[in-house]
Amino acid sequence: MRILVVEDDKDVAGFVVKGLREAGHVVEHTGNGRDGLFMAASENFDAIVLDRMLPGGVDGLRLLETLRGQNNHTPVMFLSAMAQVDDRVKGLKAGGDDYMTKPFAFAELLARVEALTRRGKGDAPTTKLVAADLEMDLLSRSVKRGGQKIDLQPREFRLLEFLMRHAGQVVTRTMLLEGVWDYHFDPQTNVIDVHVSRLRQKVDKPFPQALIHTVRNAGYMLRAEEV
Amino acid sequence: MSDVAHAEPVIGQAATRRLTAPRLLKSAGFRFGVIYAALFGISAAALAAFLWWSTAGLLERQTVAAIDTDSDAMVTVFLAGGVGGVREAIRDRVTGNIDDDAVYLLVDQHYRPVEGNLNAWPQHLPMDEDWGELKLDRAGVPALMQVHYFDMPGDYHMLIGRDVAVRSQLGRLMTGALIWAAAIALVLGSVGAWAVRGLFRATIADVSATAMAVSAGDLSRRVTVAGADDEFDLLAETINDMLDRITRLMDGVSQVSNAIAHDLRTPITRARARLEDAATHAGTAEVLKAAIERGIADLDGIVGIFQALLRISEIEAGARRSAFAPIDLGPVLSDLVELYDAVAEERGLRLVADIATPLPAFGDRDMIQQAVANLLDNALKFSPDGGEIHLSAHESAGRLVIRVTDQGPGMPEEDMKRATERFFRGETARNTPGSGLGLSLVQAVAQLHGGDIELSDAHPGLDALLTLGLRPASAARPALLAAALRAKPQPASRS
Repeated sequence: MRILVVEDDKDVAGFVVKGLREAGHVVEHTGNGRDGLFMAASENFDAIVLDRMLPGGVDGLRLLETLRGQNNHTPVMFLSAMAQVDDRVKGLKAGGDDYMTKPFAFAELLARVEALTRRGKGDAPTTKLVAADLEMDLLSRSVKRGGQKIDLQPREFRLLEFLMRHAGQVVTRTMLLEGVWDYHFDPQTNVIDVHVSRLRQKVDKPFPQALIHTVRNAGYMLRAEEV
Repeated sequence: MSDVAHAEPVIGQAATRRLTAPRLLKSAGFRFGVIYAALFGISAAALAAFLWWSTAGLLERQTVAAIDTDSDAMVTVFLAGGVGGVREAIRDRVTGNIDDDAVYLLVDQHYRPVEGNLNAWPQHLPMDEDWGELKLDRAGVPALMQVHYFDMPGDYHMLIGRDVAVRSQLGRLMTGALIWAAAIALVLGSVGAWAVRGLFRATIADVSATAMAVSAGDLSRRVTVAGADDEFDLLAETINDMLDRITRLMDGVSQVSNAIAHDLRTPITRARARLEDAATHAGTAEVLKAAIERGIADLDGIVGIFQALLRISEIEAGARRSAFAPIDLGPVLSDLVELYDAVAEERGLRLVADIATPLPAFGDRDMIQQAVANLLDNALKFSPDGGEIHLSAHESAGRLVIRVTDQGPGMPEEDMKRATERFFRGETARNTPGSGLGLSLVQAVAQLHGGDIELSDAHPGLDALLTLGLRPASAARPALLAAALRAKPQPASRS
């Protein structure tokens, strides 16, 4: 994946760029808004990580609005210290696809950036999700594994659907909370872990091969092959 | 320097607000007083004019009408019976006039009297008018006559008059009375104006004294509410509400700065100690790595506290009120119960929910979710194994009541009062994880929604009662005040 990072803080930028490269992505970086806008408009990126407060006369919001004004729909994730609900709403209204506040954990950033590119591609409505021998029919809302029907509660179904849509990617607890429950706060108890473990009881326990894996310090990943 | 020293007393004098002439003109109280006096004066003058018109004026109009009728009759008589007829008519009238208040005189073309009870045509009658007043000496008694003189056919001239002594007497009487009335009106008007100005100043004085005290730093002062339940009371209450809110915000700000100064110091100290310890004593790379990871976790904890603090101040600032919308809380709460039910089950607890459906409310969905989630978090945290947690939600007396009850150790009475303070942690909570901000956030959300959070003993356990207004409470009073002011557009109508 080709990713553009527009971030003026050298330490943060270096950390993000290094991490994304280690994860196997091609990363371009610039520290000011004007150059960022130029690069974003003239080259093809799979995703842009964008700071809001930038030097160079063009801040993150302006950059994104200009970009969207040119009909450029590259997925953009804001990475900003402006953490109020209003700031978040403003960022998403300007055309941002996701909004992360600083300080952040890199695992979360990576997971979200990778999820962004998937979101961009999935335009055609899918009716069936498949991972190894696990099949999900989105129309009849039924799940089968190895031909065997699995009964899921509506919420469990949506949780599994989210994991399957992001198969092969790390999905953080926050992403699940936002994507499956539409909650924008962190519960103090380990609610997500409990729900994932319940899902595992139904989806993984009766079968020899586990599909839902825990990724340490990050979250979960649904993947077919054993590592 | 000396200029400054001279300028000081002048500023001081202005600040004492003594009413010098230009100041007096600028005073709204004075203006209201003058307006009152003017209105009073105009009303009095209108009343006097009407009195005059309906008494003295009426008499005059009657006299004129009588003379007019008489004149027309004389002309008619002349046309029918000639001079002889007129003379006879005049003789009849004069003898029939018992009150002796009428004069008639017919003269020929040389103004020689022909018939009438007047000896000669008056000398000084201006000939260009045909109405006039005439002073006569009749049998030694001076009389004032209203006279009408006109030409008759055949070069005769005629004069008809009526005594208007009664009218002029009444006029003098009225004039005297009205002058006295005007004097009394002036006195009453001035006293009234003074009273209006005083009332106005008294009402404003308390508000302005309070405002001055507040701007001087005394946030505890409040405007006195007279209890009359009028516009001024509404205004006073609104101002007091505003001051309450400012006080709460100020308290919040100072609490946050205290928190940053004291409560955040502890976790930062811990993180710092751990990292420094690792930097100086870590023997192997693994130990160092583990220490750094714990340091990161500590920092995440501190960031979490920061975010919670900011979120609370964000809610308290009320900036999100614009995002308020009608919502059905039924499914919102059911979702939360479903989310936490799994956790409860895992810990061998039972989460029993009793949620009315539908449960219409007005507010911010995310905030209410978070507030109830915090209550459930707490209940789960403190429940003993095998315990039950109850969540009920229904509408009662125009308010939304959400109750979360657990069977945990509960809270001592004195802790309940302080539980919503930022960073407050009860003795029983010391050993559980948490920042002491959960209930502060619940309270902030409740207050933004015009409600409150109340804690009580559930014997055993804790009973948390979250009430929410179905409408934002703060929107109600200004609307009420505006309506009251619209109904009575004059603030001075209080007098």
